[in-house]
Amino acid sequence: MRFLAITRAELTILRRNLWIFMATLIMLAFALALSFAGSAPTGTLGVDMLTISVASMTTLSVYLAPLLALMMGFDAIAGDRDRGSLALLLTYPAGRGELLAGKFLAHLAALTIAMVIGFGAAGAIAAWFGGAGAESLLALARLVLTSILLGAVFLVLGYAISALANSTTAAAGLSAGLWLVFVVLFDLALLGAVVMDGDGVFTQSIFPWVMVANPADAFRLWNIAASEGVALSSGMAGAAAALPTWAAPLSLLAWPILGFLLARAAFQKVEP
Amino acid sequence: MRDEPILKISSLDKFRGKTQVLHGIDLELYAGERLALLGHNGAGKSTLIKSVLGLINAEGGTISICGARPGTGAARVATAFLPEAVSFHPALTGFEQLKTFARLSGEKPDIAALLQRVGLGEAMHRRIGAYSKGMRQRLGLAQVLLGRPKLALLDEPTSGLDPISRQDLYAIIDELAAQGTAVLIASHALTEVEARTDRIAIMRKGSKVADDTLAGLSAQAGLPVKLRLRASGDQADRIALETGGRRINGASVEILCTPQDKMAELRRIAALGDAVVDIDMVPPRLDDLYRHYSNEELN
Repeated sequence: MRFLAITRAELTILRRNLWIFMATLIMLAFALALSFAGSAPTGTLGVDMLTISVASMTTLSVYLAPLLALMMGFDAIAGDRDRGSLALLLTYPAGRGELLAGKFLAHLAALTIAMVIGFGAAGAIAAWFGGAGAESLLALARLVLTSILLGAVFLVLGYAISALANSTTAAAGLSAGLWLVFVVLFDLALLGAVVMDGDGVFTQSIFPWVMVANPADAFRLWNIAASEGVALSSGMAGAAAALPTWAAPLSLLAWPILGFLLARAAFQKVEP
Repeated sequence: MRDEPILKISSLDKFRGKTQVLHGIDLELYAGERLALLGHNGAGKSTLIKSVLGLINAEGGTISICGARPGTGAARVATAFLPEAVSFHPALTGFEQLKTFARLSGEKPDIAALLQRVGLGEAMHRRIGAYSKGMRQRLGLAQVLLGRPKLALLDEPTSGLDPISRQDLYAIIDELAAQGTAVLIASHALTEVEARTDRIAIMRKGSKVADDTLAGLSAQAGLPVKLRLRASGDQADRIALETGGRRINGASVEILCTPQDKMAELRRIAALGDAVVDIDMVPPRLDDLYRHYSNEELN
């Protein structure tokens, strides 16, 4: 398995430049802060503290998972090319798809470590102090899993940007732009459209599908639709109810595959 | 009959936009042969190497590496490459980097021994970020030696190396050639490759303008041989007059003659008897040949 050679080297790099440590620390700090800050409304909604904590962390993950993923992804190809090490790498028997898969596996492993430790620790503390039921534990597991999936989406989108950009700096800028579009501007634009449309055709039948097409929103919807408690405490039950249950999972599972194919196609055109 | 060439390039054309950067290049390289590829910056050396590696696609002509097309699995397995100013990820150690390359190529060599061989024994467990340019170049050479390549393409292999390291590098290149690897060295360091290669190809503006042994190139170019005589006593003026040479200092005379006239000229000088104390013969150097071939106007 030649791509595993790349995975091993990338993991060594991520460990040695403290990337895994820093990402885990960031996840842990934010997750803990949100869990404690968000523990106030427990009594009024009648759900346990872990449920509230998962709802808060879902909102957090929408921002953080893509950000962490893009921070790793943007450098994947442009970095090697700017450094001058890509040409040599490409003369080895491993194909471009294998190189990309090797890096993806390493980056995904790093994200998984950060997510499991960060959300896991916050969840454990919330459960310890405020109690947890079977349903809220399931919601936590779902949050970790979907956060990793969301990270995977933005990893491969980061690779595509890394292959298309002329330099590492440009790749970094484009990644920031991509993050802003998917995580912030997309929702704002949709909100504007819904406000303009009122209760028209767009709001009724088109809006939920456009929304779920965005992986960040699909992530939110998946977590919300699947757990009544989380939906209740995040106030997003309406949009989730308008869609079939498979829509959000399909979107979040299809994006990494489409993104990888896109990155692979863009990588093919790269001349080291 | 010679064997089939390891590398065979036939009428290769490459365009960058509308500019043609390679013009019908033909080149053959046989097992165990060391070929120097010379040319100014922008002459097309690196483009040619990238085409052979399959990193870029040429618009016309063919390249065959042991019968395989560039960029195919078989061609990549057969080929080793040392890029100009080679670079690696600074966070890995030399050992880890070489191990990664070995895994990628499916080889299981003795990594530590290989690093010892290129003089990185002491530094193999230090991060590449702390390496000097010369040490990175050595690491680059170590990865060329992974699993006996059929073809080795070295782009400016001695850039950034001190004179001793250069000697080591050429010793390793000789070893490679001795085990049957066809070695192509793109270089600017003319005096180095002069003694260390079997054949010399010169490129100018994307065309190959010369491809022969050093002796063959000299003969074709017809550059003059320099004969330098030392005269006894005050005979220098007389000798200069009789031979049609030029006084260059107190007691020496320099004569330029074509390679064909060399022996006749020597006999004439021998006939001068005691007046000539010593004689040095300076054949045209690669420097002169390179200038001759790379400056010649296109016909």
